[in-house]
Amino acid sequence: MNERIETALVIGATSDIGRAIAHTLAEDSRTLQLAARDAARLQREMQDHRVRTEVAVTAYRCDVLDEDGGVSLLDALDPLPDVAVCVVGLLGDQTESRRDGTAAEQVMRTNYVGPALLMGALAERFEQRGSGVLVGVSSVAGERGRTSNYVYGSAKAGFTAFLSGLRGRMATSGVHVVTVKPGFVYTRMTDGMDLPGRLTATPEEVATAVVAAIRRRRDVIYVRRLWRPIMFVLRAVPERLFKRMSRL
Amino acid sequence: MMLSGWGRYPAVDCQLERLRRHEDLPGLLHRGTTLIARGNGRSYGDAALNPELTLSMLAMNRMRAFDAGTGLLDCEAGVPLADILNTFVPRGWFPPVVPGTSLVTVGGMVAADVHGKNHHRDGTFGAYVESLTLAGADGTTRTCSRTENADLFRATLGGMGLTGVILSVRFRLRPIETAFVMAEALVASDLDEMMALFEASRDWRYSVAWIDCLARGARLGRGVMTRGAFMERATLPPRLTSDPLRPAPAGKLQVPADVPSALLNRVSIGIFNALCYRRGRRRARAGARPVHFDRFFFPLDRIEAWNRLYGRRGLVQYQCVLPKGESAVGIAALLERVAASGQGSFLGVLKLFGPAGEGLMSFPMEGYSLALDFPVRSGTRALLDGLDEITHRHGGRVYLAKDARCAPERVREGYPRLDAFEAVRAEASGARPRFASELSRRLAL
Ligand SMILES: Cc1cc2nc3c(=O)[nH]c(=O)nc-3n(C[C@H](O)[C@H](O)[C@H](O)COP(=O)(O)OP(=O)(O)OC[C@H]3O[C@@H](n4cnc5c(N)ncnc54)[C@H](O)[C@@H]3O)c2cc1C
Ligand SMILES: NC(=O)c1ccc[n+]([C@@H]2O[C@H](COP(=O)([O-])OP(=O)(O)OC[C@H]3O[C@@H](n4cnc5c(N)ncnc54)[C@H](OP(=O)(O)O)[C@@H]3O)[C@@H](O)[C@H]2O)c1
Repeated sequence: MNERIETALVIGATSDIGRAIAHTLAEDSRTLQLAARDAARLQREMQDHRVRTEVAVTAYRCDVLDEDGGVSLLDALDPLPDVAVCVVGLLGDQTESRRDGTAAEQVMRTNYVGPALLMGALAERFEQRGSGVLVGVSSVAGERGRTSNYVYGSAKAGFTAFLSGLRGRMATSGVHVVTVKPGFVYTRMTDGMDLPGRLTATPEEVATAVVAAIRRRRDVIYVRRLWRPIMFVLRAVPERLFKRMSRL
Repeated sequence: MMLSGWGRYPAVDCQLERLRRHEDLPGLLHRGTTLIARGNGRSYGDAALNPELTLSMLAMNRMRAFDAGTGLLDCEAGVPLADILNTFVPRGWFPPVVPGTSLVTVGGMVAADVHGKNHHRDGTFGAYVESLTLAGADGTTRTCSRTENADLFRATLGGMGLTGVILSVRFRLRPIETAFVMAEALVASDLDEMMALFEASRDWRYSVAWIDCLARGARLGRGVMTRGAFMERATLPPRLTSDPLRPAPAGKLQVPADVPSALLNRVSIGIFNALCYRRGRRRARAGARPVHFDRFFFPLDRIEAWNRLYGRRGLVQYQCVLPKGESAVGIAALLERVAASGQGSFLGVLKLFGPAGEGLMSFPMEGYSLALDFPVRSGTRALLDGLDEITHRHGGRVYLAKDARCAPERVREGYPRLDAFEAVRAEASGARPRFASELSRRLAL
């Protein structure tokens, strides 16, 4: 169960959640691959791992909005990782997304198009090899479109559905797919928001849950767990009622 | 959000922001408010609080470089001491100076220029800092060292965050062969005996004493002194040789909720102190024995949130240092005053300091330092003001990292290099100081 992971890749390694996941993975992986869009900041994360641990670390630049959708990343990866975690996302500003189509499109592409294409391409290579674990960080926001963030939520919904389908397709090929649905997490994305303490996780909590899910081959996890029953109820609310719950 | 120091007094509503990368700092400075950096909030009082903007450094926790040849570590200021221990003890390195808790950040260790149980031999943490990077009011980052921006360097060691935001620190670790300290307990039946023990233990790298704060008269100053030194591999008993550089164990005891402060009364404190003394006597008879560094340096870290033991209103710590020549009389007067007040202190800690270092506002000076904890109650203030008077009369000063209530004039009198500090600070940030805290306002700094 607790055998070492040979090589683990984190895409979005400069985010708070990505950093935490990379640190947890570093504890029992042999090689760590970090990918992010900002090379200078990525360098700092890589250096941190190098000073702290014996793990071998390599860095890759990857912007999921690039023309090729990050496929050049896949060609660069050496070796092909055993575990790949995608943390890339963008909350954006709902009001701005409403007014400005370009802003909305960026949120949609960053949360759905980019990560889905990347996970899909990775899955192909994992399938050829016949092994591997793919982890996509989506969100509870994708369970239902809410007034306050439906552009973001709809993109996460797309990503969640994509991962679900991918998991089904890979079921017989030895490749496993994990969907992670955080509720609230204290990160740069939520800085300044007034979050309910009992429902809000730290990035380290998310990281622990993710690594446990990889080891136990879980399909879908919520962090914190309390979000599972909450979302169960929220999904059951009839649309007629839900549309009036606009403050949600 | 409501923030406080480790003493949970005072609690102040502060705008809290997290710095994640130094590139974000200019934007935060652009808001035009005053601000103060905050590490892990282990200073006791109001040093890391600013209602306008308190900048948490905990996400600035990357290590930047380590030279295994020289032991030079370069890390961001928010790296916790505990991380450094977990990373480097197994490789045979130990920080040159550590405070009584590992739950502090490197930035906090520099800003308070912390001392350990080895000040008499090794000085403060600042003495091992080769250089640091400091972001000033204009957002520019300066490298400060003994050769570059030297004044700013000396003002920043012990400067309580008032010279700017420390972004990273380069300092030297010291090699160790094992994670174990050979520790020995010795009982002193009064203050003279205690000080004689300290003098006789000068060659031991680490020494500290617990003082029974309720003992009076002929027994005034009685207590247990502990001294220790890191063990070499060859001297380790066989049962410890399998993993000589083991790091601290994980896991903690919990203090469930706020303990009613009524539990801390004369009787319970009396019992506690008597038990400590008896335990010390037993340990003294047992002779020197190997103790893991974690228990030797950070005994309280095993208990999560022990500050809650002091009840809802919080606690204040009083730590002062008196010059060597005044210490015998002065410390006796302080202990006499505490014992007479009946507001016993759970923890009375005595340390011997060596000569003052280069930090303009650093706390240590050659002499004895006494630290006392009190739950906040109605009579506490008057007692502490009384202690201030004694400290002042004997030419001593209080430690700003512990302070929450001292008067401005007492601090002016106690820190003779304050004017030099203020001059450097003014030069760095202009007439209106940008880096300010509840502490600096209270002390009119
Ligand atoms: C149980 C216990 C035992 C202790 N024992 C000792 C001891 O033996 N010796 C000793 O010297 N101290 C001791 N202390 C005090 C403690 O070491 C200091 O208060 C230390 O500064 C706390 O570090 P922190 O990271 O928690 O900083 P905080 O408490 O958050 O801040 C302390 C000061 O440092 C400044 N600061 C923090 N980070 C930065 C930064 N990046 N840039 C600029 N300024 C910054 C803050 O503005 C503030 O003025 C003890 C404290 C506790 C709770
Ligand atoms: N925080 C929450 O409450 C919460 C809740 C549910 C789900 N999530 C999800 O958790 C994930 C991590 O978010 P976080 O909270 O840690 O916030 P974050 O720090 O803002 O993380 C977002 C990450 O996505 C990266 N990114 C954005 N656009 C990119 C692009 N075009 N190409 C490559 N990378 C790009 C960002 O890179 P830079 O570092 O370069 O900016 C950043 O690393 C996201 O998917 C988010 O939707 C968060």
